[in-house]
Amino acid sequence: MSEAAIPALPAAAPRRMGHGAFWLASAAVALLLVLALRGFGNEYAYFAATFVLQYVVLATAWNILGGYAGYVNFGAAAFFAAGAYATVAFGKALGLGLLPCIALAAATGGLMGFATGILTLRLRGAYFAIATLCLSVVLQTIVVNWSYVGGSRGAYVIRPREVPWPFDTYGGYLCAVMVVLAVASVAIARTIERSRLGLGLAALRDDEAAAEAAGVPTLRLKLVATTVSGALMATAGAPLPYLNSYVEPNSAFGLAYAVNAIAMPLIGGTSSWAGPVIGAVLLASLQQAATVTISSAANLLIVGAVLVVFVCAAPHGIVGLFRGRR
Amino acid sequence: MDPDLALLLNGVVSGLLLGGLYAAAAAGLSLSFGMLDVVNIAHPAFMALAGILVALLWAATGLDPLILSILLMPAFWALGAALYVAYHRFFERRGDEAIQGLAFFFGVMFIIEVGIVLTVGPEQHFADAAYASTTWRLGEIDLPLRMLVPALVALAAIGGLVLFLRRSFTGRAIAAVAQDREALRLLAIDPVRIKRLAFGISIAFAALAGGALVVVQPVDAASGHVFIGRIFAIVIMGGLSSLGGCVIAALAFGVVENVTATFYGPSWSPAVAFGCLLLMLAVRPQGLFGRVA
Amino acid sequence: MEGISRRGLGGLAAALAVPAAARAQTAPSGPPIRIGCSMSLSGGLAGNGRPAAIAHRIWAEEVNARGGLLGRPVEIVVYDDQSTGAQVPGIYTKLIDVDRVDLVVSGYATAIIAPAMPVVMQRNMAFVSLFGTGVNTDFRYDRYFSINCTGSQVKETFARGFFEIAMAMEPRPRSIALVNLDSDFHQRTAESARYLAGQNRLRVVYDRAYPPSTVDFAPIIRAVQAARPDIVFLGSYPPDTAGLLRAASELRVNFGLFGGPMIGPHITAQKLQLGPILNNLVVWDVYAPEPTLQFPGTQALIEKYQPIAARENTDALGHYVPPLAYTQMQVLEQAVRRVGRIDQAAIAADLHAQQFDTVIGPLRFDAMGEWTEERNLYTQYQGVQGNGVDQFRRAGTQVILYPSRYRSGEFRRPYTAGAA
Repeated sequence: MSEAAIPALPAAAPRRMGHGAFWLASAAVALLLVLALRGFGNEYAYFAATFVLQYVVLATAWNILGGYAGYVNFGAAAFFAAGAYATVAFGKALGLGLLPCIALAAATGGLMGFATGILTLRLRGAYFAIATLCLSVVLQTIVVNWSYVGGSRGAYVIRPREVPWPFDTYGGYLCAVMVVLAVASVAIARTIERSRLGLGLAALRDDEAAAEAAGVPTLRLKLVATTVSGALMATAGAPLPYLNSYVEPNSAFGLAYAVNAIAMPLIGGTSSWAGPVIGAVLLASLQQAATVTISSAANLLIVGAVLVVFVCAAPHGIVGLFRGRR
Repeated sequence: MDPDLALLLNGVVSGLLLGGLYAAAAAGLSLSFGMLDVVNIAHPAFMALAGILVALLWAATGLDPLILSILLMPAFWALGAALYVAYHRFFERRGDEAIQGLAFFFGVMFIIEVGIVLTVGPEQHFADAAYASTTWRLGEIDLPLRMLVPALVALAAIGGLVLFLRRSFTGRAIAAVAQDREALRLLAIDPVRIKRLAFGISIAFAALAGGALVVVQPVDAASGHVFIGRIFAIVIMGGLSSLGGCVIAALAFGVVENVTATFYGPSWSPAVAFGCLLLMLAVRPQGLFGRVA
Repeated sequence: MEGISRRGLGGLAAALAVPAAARAQTAPSGPPIRIGCSMSLSGGLAGNGRPAAIAHRIWAEEVNARGGLLGRPVEIVVYDDQSTGAQVPGIYTKLIDVDRVDLVVSGYATAIIAPAMPVVMQRNMAFVSLFGTGVNTDFRYDRYFSINCTGSQVKETFARGFFEIAMAMEPRPRSIALVNLDSDFHQRTAESARYLAGQNRLRVVYDRAYPPSTVDFAPIIRAVQAARPDIVFLGSYPPDTAGLLRAASELRVNFGLFGGPMIGPHITAQKLQLGPILNNLVVWDVYAPEPTLQFPGTQALIEKYQPIAARENTDALGHYVPPLAYTQMQVLEQAVRRVGRIDQAAIAADLHAQQFDTVIGPLRFDAMGEWTEERNLYTQYQGVQGNGVDQFRRAGTQVILYPSRYRSGEFRRPYTAGAA
């Protein structure tokens, strides 16, 4: 035996939670949240929670493509509005309630994501971003000219009179639905992140040419990512008609959704599933609080200033700040 | 002349004039996004800011809006240069320009828009150029000076920029920095200084575009929104880093929009214009005059 | 104080004219009556939301100066909805559940009123809305009241004035062109124009909508000219109105009757910019400072509004939104006074049953909360010279042509967009 000391094996990597365990944990968290909010019982709490959770879904969905794969989607509002209008259209055509409409909206968003993926297969980086912006404009023009969903007159969706059994108000029901959607989307994001798909996307993000050369099926991965991302973004938008009772193209396709979808993962950190959650909770709560306190044009100024400060000071988001400390 | 032909010719001509305005708006972006790879989504917000400033100065002094916007260009150049310094320090040096830089400019856009609303209010501001109510006529073709003069001034300015980029040392350095930063450094030229200069020029062109805009229509804080999609589309269609391509794409955009509006109704104009872009991206992603990546 | 509704606004006008006497009345005391609303103080609708907020404040000050409502001071709790409908349900939920306001009114425009409906309906609150069209058609809420002069039969009645003017022309027009912005309000008005064009046997030779992002309007006007209509009905919002009229001026249009719900000259800045281009334009409006349309308190309100607007940088003249926003508060005030307590059901019943005398005239609400009698005014700008603002303060610059009981001038033709 040589005198050289045998280097010790590296300490075993901390055991990460398996997929199944995470889903169980998420379900538990969802149940706790719903019970806690029900215990609180305040209608405004329901609304504020729904507002924040909606953005959790949107930010998480955006991050699947934007953070994991590195493809910036400027047209988050298009998918979001597609979900909202899918609810309106299917609700009107087939008389379906909220839950089936959410499923159909997810399918619509997934289809749209897939189509976008196919169309932009040769494009990289900035081109993809611009293509999604164009998609937003084209879709808005189509919706405005489609009188079945109300066109520019907007569509009214009346909340049903009867509230499903364990809930006291329809607002509480919507909030619970949103909790489930948020938790599910986070679980999906984490499942992708820690799977081979996630590894492939990370390779794609770091250097697409090298990944292709190494045999990563980039086209297939991109398609999966855009489809899942699109489906989830549409799911975020699907309850919108029930939340607001009135959907019209200008607000559904609004710039606020597109900006928030990008800002929230950025502020929270794009490399992990926790980033969009933190960013969404922080930014959405800030906006909601500002609406009912300062209550003026200064609200948006805050969003802009927070965004600028954060990306300058903490470029990898809050998650990045914590990771850096370790 | 056959009335339909007259309509078509007028549609094309008015489209070219509209395209001139679009070219003014897109030229700056062609420089910053096309050549420097800076996704400055706040470019139209600078345009709106310049438009409002020109309107306020016009109300105070009565000088022609385009002249005022040219006078504003140095100030906006300085603003652009300062902004680039911040952008470079925080993003380019760290290699984070893709998403973080984007978010930075989103934030800047919001700050500008809300700043305008907080200082001068949400009202629209207008500036009447002396020639704004005159229309030249060539037979059946109408040339309203309100559209013609800004378009010509913008095209002249862009022509000047092209000459600058081709003939002067600094101009060629700007074109070079887009191709290969490191090689530039080997020539003892500081790429950061060059990029700062170029970004400043891009914002200065936003000032000119703002002046052109306020001659055409009243301006408020949100006036930039309708241009965001259009100018990015134009820069890409023209081919990144090609100013000539950008101008041609802008003119084409204007013509497509106006001819569609004339014959098929204006509600489909945006979809047609952007549909063309999507088609271009699918068929020839490097744009009309760009090099293959 | 209960006499306000019985003596009508005459009493109010007297009180305003004699501030010393008003101050002599007992100051309001006790817990304030809080009235909550969301208002667009920023964003795209702020141009009209802020004047509305100013009108509300003026109302509150006047009520408090006269001894308050039911002896208690009134306090307006307002949150900025940033012209975004998505903020509205949260704002009203907070107002009602957390701030515990006594009464609620709406913000400005359909997109802001509609999202509040489920919240307000769930709490069974009376709800007076401002400038909303057709909001209650699907909700069918019996405690909803609309301050909007279009009434409930928009399709049959909105364009009636326009067509009355048209059919009185010599020779009779036979064809019409319709141009409208793709927006909720203008879709409805265009529908009305289409319907009445059919009733009056006019051929529709051009009928198109344009999107809000349009920059160049020359193609539209040119296409209209190419279709050779006798009259043109247009609907637009401020940014496009300026564009349309400028294009019309550049293309030297010449039509017998040209105009409609072109919201634009309603805003002072546009009156000044367009100047003589406005001459002979027929415009739908809600108020004009004509001697035939004076109701008690209107002129006083406008005179109070204008200095405040100058300080706060909002619409200078205040002829469009402030009178209706003030009316919104007035009807609520009068109902509460009659009922004598804060009881949503009783207030709603009173609003349905009684007639109200307001700064915009007498009005009644029907079962769905719309005005029983529409009051769409059709006015025409005449004799505008240059770009000064004072001519618009005077009577005779914007004459009322319809309805006939408020008529203050004769129709002039043709419309040439300011050409000599």
